[in-house]
Amino acid sequence: MPSLGTSFGRGGATDHQQDLQNSDCIVIMGSNMAENHPVGFQWVLEARERGAEVFHVDPRFTRTSAMATRHVGIRAGSDIAFLGGIVNYILENERWFDEYVKRYTNASVIVDEKFSDTEDNEGLFSGWDPEQGEYDVTSWQYAGTQVHGAAGQREQGFKGSQTKGEQAGHGGHGGGMSHGNPPEMDETLQDPRCVFQILKRHFARYTPEFVSDACGCTVDEFLHVAKSLCDCSGPEKTGAFAYAVGWTQHTVGVQYIRTAAIIQLLLGNIGRPGGGIIALRGHASIQGSTDIPTLYNILPGYLTMPHTESYGGLQGYIDQTTAPGGWWGNADTFIVSLLKAWWGASAAPENDFCFDYLPRIDSDNSNYWTIEQMLKGKVKGYMVVGENPAVGSANSRANRLALANLDWLVVRDFVEIETAAFWYDSPEVESGELRTEEIGTEVFFLPAATHLEKDGSFTNTQRLLQWHYKAVEPKEDCRSELWFYYHLGKKLRERLKGSDDPKNLPLQHLTWAYPTSGEIEEPSAEAVLSEINGRDATGQALSSYKLLKADGTTACGCWIYCGVFADDENKAARKKPHWEQSYTALEWAWAWPANRRLLYNRASADPEGNPWSERKKLVWWDAEQGTWTGNDTPDFDETKPPDYVPANGAKGPDAIRGDRPFVMQADGFGWIYVPQGLVDGPLPTHYEPHESPFESPLYLQRANPRRQRHTDLAEDPYNPPGGQPGADDFPFILTTYRLTEHHTAGGMTRFTPYLSELQPQMFVEVHPELARLRGLEHGGWATIATARSAIEARVMVTDRMRPVRIGGVEHHQVGLPWHWGSRGLTTGAAANDLTHMALDPNVHIQEVKALTCDIRPGRRPHGGGLRDIVAELRELAGEASERATKTDPEHTRSTA
Amino acid sequence: MTALAEPTGTPAAWPDTYGPEAKPRMGFFTDTSVCIGCKACEVACKEWNLIPEDGLVWTGESYDNTSELNANTWRHVAFVEQRKPLRLDGETASIVGQAAPAPEPLRWLMESDVCKHCTHAGCLDVCPTGSLFRTEFGTVVVQEDICNGCGYCVPACPFGVLDQRKLPRSPDDAPIGLPLMGKKEDGRVWKCTLCYDRLKGGHEPACAKACPTDSIQFGELDELRARAEQRLAKLETDGWNGAQLYGHDPNDGVGGFGAFFLLLDEPEVYGLPPDPVVPTRDLPETWRATAFAALALTAGLVASFLGGRS
Repeated sequence: MPSLGTSFGRGGATDHQQDLQNSDCIVIMGSNMAENHPVGFQWVLEARERGAEVFHVDPRFTRTSAMATRHVGIRAGSDIAFLGGIVNYILENERWFDEYVKRYTNASVIVDEKFSDTEDNEGLFSGWDPEQGEYDVTSWQYAGTQVHGAAGQREQGFKGSQTKGEQAGHGGHGGGMSHGNPPEMDETLQDPRCVFQILKRHFARYTPEFVSDACGCTVDEFLHVAKSLCDCSGPEKTGAFAYAVGWTQHTVGVQYIRTAAIIQLLLGNIGRPGGGIIALRGHASIQGSTDIPTLYNILPGYLTMPHTESYGGLQGYIDQTTAPGGWWGNADTFIVSLLKAWWGASAAPENDFCFDYLPRIDSDNSNYWTIEQMLKGKVKGYMVVGENPAVGSANSRANRLALANLDWLVVRDFVEIETAAFWYDSPEVESGELRTEEIGTEVFFLPAATHLEKDGSFTNTQRLLQWHYKAVEPKEDCRSELWFYYHLGKKLRERLKGSDDPKNLPLQHLTWAYPTSGEIEEPSAEAVLSEINGRDATGQALSSYKLLKADGTTACGCWIYCGVFADDENKAARKKPHWEQSYTALEWAWAWPANRRLLYNRASADPEGNPWSERKKLVWWDAEQGTWTGNDTPDFDETKPPDYVPANGAKGPDAIRGDRPFVMQADGFGWIYVPQGLVDGPLPTHYEPHESPFESPLYLQRANPRRQRHTDLAEDPYNPPGGQPGADDFPFILTTYRLTEHHTAGGMTRFTPYLSELQPQMFVEVHPELARLRGLEHGGWATIATARSAIEARVMVTDRMRPVRIGGVEHHQVGLPWHWGSRGLTTGAAANDLTHMALDPNVHIQEVKALTCDIRPGRRPHGGGLRDIVAELRELAGEASERATKTDPEHTRSTA
Repeated sequence: MTALAEPTGTPAAWPDTYGPEAKPRMGFFTDTSVCIGCKACEVACKEWNLIPEDGLVWTGESYDNTSELNANTWRHVAFVEQRKPLRLDGETASIVGQAAPAPEPLRWLMESDVCKHCTHAGCLDVCPTGSLFRTEFGTVVVQEDICNGCGYCVPACPFGVLDQRKLPRSPDDAPIGLPLMGKKEDGRVWKCTLCYDRLKGGHEPACAKACPTDSIQFGELDELRARAEQRLAKLETDGWNGAQLYGHDPNDGVGGFGAFFLLLDEPEVYGLPPDPVVPTRDLPETWRATAFAALALTAGLVASFLGGRS
């Protein structure tokens, strides 16, 4: 989550869900929390019962809207316009939390004089390179500083690479700091080049009327949300935001979240009880899968993955990863301890602690890039674990065609999901487009154990590691992931035993011995957690990442998890209920970092270290004891006094002043303006979705110029956007979503009767007016089409799908749940057959929450007929987009 | 403790029949103002009680694909979409000159329905085998090993809760290997037991345990009734539109529910009878009338017979 990472320092929810009960106002946007996070939603209801305003700002009226004090319907894909309107409202009406903004955020920092804003360049920031289709971020920097540190080096170092800036949200900002301050500041916030004034100009046009016209809500609805949120912020009150993939799954998704971060910093709502931004994760351990990543571009604990074009060796890596101030100043201790955990005794100072054993990336190796390479025949093998791309990935049709182009495919899952069965059961096989006997892919299906059949931990949405125990043995050949990878590793190592080929050394030297038990030799999950926690040279379990060393005397598998196994106790397994302790429940399980539940909680005290108010106190400075104390683990050096000023040249945490709560950032500030770490701009701007029926209400530049497209990929054609020829063929706004009753691509739910009967069929939701317009009958069938494909669904006519009035014209939105596929007890069309693979440039996430479509009554043609209408549609889109390309002022580039 | 009275007005047998084993009367208070429609209650109920799947039928009735309480569905979440504001102050005045007119008010009511465990339970009154009985907790339970499937109780329930289980005979349609799945088309009656087995073990019922928002509250009925009064008062103060209690009144047609509700509209809106009456309430009257009719008929016959002689 580079949005939260660049804004605050860590890529995780700033607060825990239980703390929502303390909110005076909760804005849920880009999330259907009641449906997708029903357990956490109890705390939203608790807040509502205590009198809090709960707003659900969403294109659809959902079960979340039903429970909110007010639902505000907006057009899918217009959230930055709405949020930007709140920023403007705060600034115009002088509603910001003045002392918080001046002391805790970078509002006062002066920006380089070469910076120019989207307002000055028709939607482009300074530094745009139309040839490369990328930004040079030099002009975005603080005045008097240079691009420096991890993020900056990548920006400058690898022209043409897709890894620029991503996951670099750890304040790699440097050069010229003066006693912990950036070189040029204006604490009166008056300098025209200070962040505050830049922000003011940037959002000046986001008036309530603009918001209404761009989002389709009323001026009154917007003002009610903006005013309530401001009324519920300040020393005595706090407001919180909750979001999920309704914000992330856009071509400008990271900037959606950034806009909320700006609001929360202006209102002083970060690091305080009932404040914050809750990033709701979609799976039980998605947070865990970025902490100890399944991502290609980071190592455990958000350390940068080495790149082929950089880092001579370990020292080079450390030089470029270490930030001059803040906790990233200790990056050397994190990476060396990681290398020691992985290569043990083999990792020594004289061999750079085996740094060269780490794999290196050479380009964008993300999910959709990989699919593209499969389609081009460059990637031959694929392991799919806990995913169902044949249903769940954007443009699932292209994904299935990619699977058919492989040599081999391994699928590990509970049941034979669509991804494992694509070769004989898919829309393409049904239509004759693919023929089973002609698909060369060798498919291996390996049955997986469920969480009830294995020990382990989930890291949930609020960074909380919660342990679960095996209840029953896995059946037959079902095995845990831990078992699979451990024994796979053992077999590989066995095979390489006699090899003297140096390329095999990383495997041969790997620490790969975990105690096993039982007939199937299940490895001990606790032993793995203990390794992740780390040990010192004497074998003592480490209690804190502060103890990590860069000299090889400590080993730690993930520095942010250090302490979870302190005193050799599995702290993730602690189950003392909250009613036996305070609401922060520090003895229930364990949260990273250092069991802090509310991040940046130094900000819950004023600059002098006293609580802002009795009502909102959490952590404060105890001058007598000389320590920070309170109801949560302080997210600050325990003994650093509020008036601490670093000496010039101070490094790491010592370079952070005593009144700067954002300890991961080099300057200790919350970043309203992000000088580096993002590839598409230091401030958010409303861009239209890649596909929308509209031109930009602000600029010539219609959509995010930096978004990734696959313009040379025949399998990923696009509907012409608003204002272009052919756009009228796809006049409706399409959004996709989940239902409580099913989970993601359905592998865990469509195969169980108790959940299948609750939502037994794929359906499409439309407003009664759209039904009249298109002749759709409630309970009948409809065909929904994009340039990618056409699917059919049962029609649900409902007032809950409200039309929006944009530019004075009523526009309809079409809603599709995306759980279904061809397998299981309940089957149906995959909504993702319709979606495209245009991506957010920072995180390569697909835009499936706002695109365009057409809808017609009746079922789609089956058999060869599908190919015919798809071909027709593609021809239509192709012709139109060909025309469009000729007139498109935007730069178009391929990700290839 | 709530005294249960027979419809005839004779003193209640419960709880005295349980002697020292008598327990306080337990029940549910289902507060629909915090129901998020997640259906966790439906799933938890089915998981705990090993209830078969009830058909994969998409109804198009909002998000309700369960439709009703029956032998294979003991918790049912109703979904009602309405063009009404949730709160009485829910409509905002529109501002002159704004780009869009204020949207029509909309609310989405959700309610988890269940067997009411009536004070005067018609099902229990008519059961000829003694399969239906009142437990020490005051709840009404069918004993599966005694029910003979006569079905008398089915029309005796004013809520349509009692239902005979009829399953297809096809040997290969069992979705999963549940123990009860072997017993096909047993014709017996199945309904909510208020998790009698869990209560015996000191646990709350599965639905209440699973409910993430405490919409389903389990406890001693007297305490729940008091809590419900307070809750209603708060919602009325806060201006909720249509908040009302349903089934909490011991003087209603079934003597009050053991499982009662806080609704946000009239019961009919949720498909609930507005004034349920236990059918057996009129039984003595019916028998008196029947006896009178029989007497009259006999008298008439005798009269006509005698008359014919004359």
